[in-house]
Amino acid sequence: MPIEVLMPALSPTMTEGTLAKWTVKEGDTVASGDVIAEIETDKATMEVEAVDEGTIGKIVIAEGTENVAVNAVIAYILEEDEDASALDNVSASSAPKAEAAPAEAKEEEKAPASSASAAPVAASGAIERAEQDPRAMSVMNATQDEKTYTSFKTQTVREALRDAMAEEMRTDENVYVMGEEVAQYQGAYKVTQGLLDEFGDRRVVDTPITEYGFTGMATGAAFMGLKPVVEFMTFNFAMQAIDHIINSAAKTLYMSGGQLGCPIVFRGPNGAAARVGAQHSQCYASWYAHCPGLKVIAPWSAADAKGLLKAAIRDPNPVVFLENEILYGQSFEVPDDDDFVLPIGQAKIEREGTDVTIVAFSIMVGKALKAAEQLAEQGISAEVINLRTIRPLDVNTIVRSVMKTNRLVTCEEGWHFAGIGAEIASVIMEHAFDYLDAPVARVTGEDVPMPYAANLEVLALPQEQHIVDAAKAVCYR
Amino acid sequence: MATTPKRKRGTTRADNQASSDDLLKYYREMLLIRRFEEKAGQLYGMGLIGGFCHLYIGQEAVVVGMQAAVTGDDGVITSYRDHGHMLACGMDPAGVMAELTGREGGYSRGKGGSMHMFSKEKNFYGGHGIVGGQVPLGTGIAFNYKYRGQDRVCLTYLGDGAVNQGQVYESFNMAALWKLPVVYCIENNQYAMGTSAQRHSASPDLYQRGAAYGIPGEQVDGMDVLAVKEAGERAVAHCREGKGPYILELKTYRYRGHSMSDPAKYRTKDELDKMRKEHDPIDMVKKLLIDGNIIDEAGLKDIDKDVKAEVAKAAEFAQNSPEPDVSELFTDILIDA
Repeated sequence: MPIEVLMPALSPTMTEGTLAKWTVKEGDTVASGDVIAEIETDKATMEVEAVDEGTIGKIVIAEGTENVAVNAVIAYILEEDEDASALDNVSASSAPKAEAAPAEAKEEEKAPASSASAAPVAASGAIERAEQDPRAMSVMNATQDEKTYTSFKTQTVREALRDAMAEEMRTDENVYVMGEEVAQYQGAYKVTQGLLDEFGDRRVVDTPITEYGFTGMATGAAFMGLKPVVEFMTFNFAMQAIDHIINSAAKTLYMSGGQLGCPIVFRGPNGAAARVGAQHSQCYASWYAHCPGLKVIAPWSAADAKGLLKAAIRDPNPVVFLENEILYGQSFEVPDDDDFVLPIGQAKIEREGTDVTIVAFSIMVGKALKAAEQLAEQGISAEVINLRTIRPLDVNTIVRSVMKTNRLVTCEEGWHFAGIGAEIASVIMEHAFDYLDAPVARVTGEDVPMPYAANLEVLALPQEQHIVDAAKAVCYR
Repeated sequence: MATTPKRKRGTTRADNQASSDDLLKYYREMLLIRRFEEKAGQLYGMGLIGGFCHLYIGQEAVVVGMQAAVTGDDGVITSYRDHGHMLACGMDPAGVMAELTGREGGYSRGKGGSMHMFSKEKNFYGGHGIVGGQVPLGTGIAFNYKYRGQDRVCLTYLGDGAVNQGQVYESFNMAALWKLPVVYCIENNQYAMGTSAQRHSASPDLYQRGAAYGIPGEQVDGMDVLAVKEAGERAVAHCREGKGPYILELKTYRYRGHSMSDPAKYRTKDELDKMRKEHDPIDMVKKLLIDGNIIDEAGLKDIDKDVKAEVAKAAEFAQNSPEPDVSELFTDILIDA
């Protein structure tokens, strides 16, 4: 059978083009890679190369022909042992055989249900549907109660983070810490204090100031099964490295069809510190929470910090672990148990209440609890939820709470546009719309870069009073 | 071995370096890549391959020569012009082609495409789509080898376009600082998409790009598989001796456009024809085989037929393998903890 030469597409969107020129004539011999024709579209001119060798048996489409459909037969090549008679059977129907590519011809296949196709939710069964919410995807035992501990010790967040790393490094040789000033300097914020002494410079690695490079390196090491804990001096600097966090760490498992996992933790202080200006004061929670393939954690207390960092290090996926510099020195009770680990994806009700739900994470949890005290004095019973994990989101706990209180205030330091509060408002609208007695209120940072001046900085950040005011507003008080 | 940028080697011909069997092997491997890529180009033209498709035609000697310098335990990572690297690593052409067509039988089960394929079994780590992104990743693979005390090297390929990315120098610095076993293979095909090296690089000698970090480098005729292999062996030996990274600038040429939709109007036809006629890597080995009486024309034709049949089989598999099940949309996003 003679070999059909088809009109090629220059791009997936091309459907037809002009056969501008033949550079061979019937009877010419051609080999693989020889240019035989030129085709044109409105965008470009391209050469057509022979893929097989043989003799040009017949030119079907004359040069200069316009609107030749992609995949139409434009010529026949005779193989070595064929002569022109082989063309008798084929040339009769030389009309363009414009068979569209299978991908284009195929009808849109119905994809399995996803968040995009979530149907409006009626009041009943809200909990069941909340449990199916893809935002909560992969939450294991979402309703499992936190293990109870009897013995506690008082620790700062800083110490809790350090202990979490040290404990995991003791039990797993593949865990190592890498970042700027993590070893000899003992950590820019002293979070890695003592690690160099205990584990040596093979496992506690001081890097140059080179976020893009060392984040890519740690990601490559994680592809090979090491478990790097990458410290960013602050998450503001991770902007240099966000390409590797998203494009390499978060997407490779999917792109490799499940072959290459990436067990890595990216940690460091996130959000505003004090008087450090616009480039050192941003909250990145919603940036990372946007991306499938990542888990995003934002602890508040020392117990959160310890239990969740241990969980993050043990997790086989890339985890973005957002700490807060102001919290580093604050003390909390932490279970005195080497096996203390908290489940990722599970929020904690820090204070029970009946009139309004306040959802917060990281430093805003403390402000929310103080606001709740103020509200109690004014006769409003606020329930405060500490999210602990942003992605996957504990939809269940939030929905249950709102079904009880019928009012919701979200709190975050970050900007409101496309923020975490916006996502939570959407969750509640989808799953508990009929339970709401007031529109959801969001308490966020002001929509400005962080100012330096002390008075302006206070105004830019969400404060306890904003939460109190928002809670009263949704209670119509 | 000397320290900083080393000799510039226009031709490091090493005719006695390869046995007859080796030459035949290189010939077949390069031919497989070429025929595979021609077929891929054809399937793209038929609409069976979508999106971006960057062909390796013309550059075959680089990857075949480098693979001849390492063992199967060494790692390989590259950018999106990756089909040749995968075939040279011994990955199944049918699995690669089926990934190009986005089918279930592809290496990433159709979820990666031309630019994103991996094989843990063959120590091939992608397949990365952001220019230069594979360079710190490959450096990290080498960090892992050193951390575990393994006698392995990571070949990290990058193009002449990627050498201007900042992360490349961040990687050079740390690799040299920590003496990591990584060979940076700069495939200088002289065009960063449509911008020629003269227009994108202040200094044309890319093998010197590690000079500031004390990384030795050499320029190699990347159209000569034996020269590549010989330089590759020097580079790999340097790494295995614990001396840290090494840079090879492999001067090569891609016959096709940057991707399938690039008509390559930024260079002359004469330039391309000259390379194809005078420096074709496959013709060069063919001549050695014939002149050395290692094989005759008929023998070469048998190899050709054999390779063609393998590629035809791969193309058939790639067209008949079903598209991934729709449930695949939601798999491989996270590993169950």
